Amino acid sequence: MIKIVKQQIDTAAVLEFVQSEACGAAVLFVGSTRRMTDGRETTKLNYECYEEMAIAKMQELIEKLKSRWPVEHVSIVHRVGTVALGEASIAIAVSSAHRQASFAAAEWLIHEIKKHVPIWKQEFWADGATEWIHPDGATPTSTPATFKAES
Amino acid sequence: MMVQIVLFAGAREIVGASSLQLSLDDPSTVADLKERLREQYPSMHLLLDRSVVSVEQQYVSDDKPLYHGAEVGLIPPVSGG
Repeated sequence: MIKIVKQQIDTAAVLEFVQSEACGAAVLFVGSTRRMTDGRETTKLNYECYEEMAIAKMQELIEKLKSRWPVEHVSIVHRVGTVALGEASIAIAVSSAHRQASFAAAEWLIHEIKKHVPIWKQEFWADGATEWIHPDGATPTSTPATFKAES
Repeated sequence: MMVQIVLFAGAREIVGASSLQLSLDDPSTVADLKERLREQYPSMHLLLDRSVVSVEQQYVSDDKPLYHGAEVGLIPPVSGG
């Protein structure tokens, strides 16, 4: 399941989606809005996305994940619009027969989403400043074989 | 040729619109498009250097040829998740 939503993420549903009798393990990762970053206070985040492309890229990541680990099910839900402190901006769930694959795959997946998926966050700082976050090292590779196999 | 560029985040704020139409010579590449954007929006220079372009929702390199009616995305460094 891949969804982009505007309302609060139902993280229980994200986890439930991947659970099955074939799986002895399921891992849920939730990313949420944190108050402090390098000594600066956030009041809220705002997310926007290139929706069709974001969903397509997340689908590609799921396919690559399944080719690398024996994972049964994956779900990704990303929220756009305002995400208040403590609220989830993303939830990822992965399931597998045994836990090693779910732990490894879930960590890889959030790492890759943060590198390749066309979604952007805007910080609203407590001092009144706002800025779109465009970090170094977060430019998706532009070569045709975007997702090169990693060792 | 005419291409439509969709804009997001910091790039959208600089241009002041979520999309724009650009008339380019035929043939033109992504590099030519970026150069045109640099000319029209000088304050986007640094962000452009760090951005990648998509054509029909696939990331492409700067030497990719463009075509009339292409949907081009200007993708500044991403920050989702």
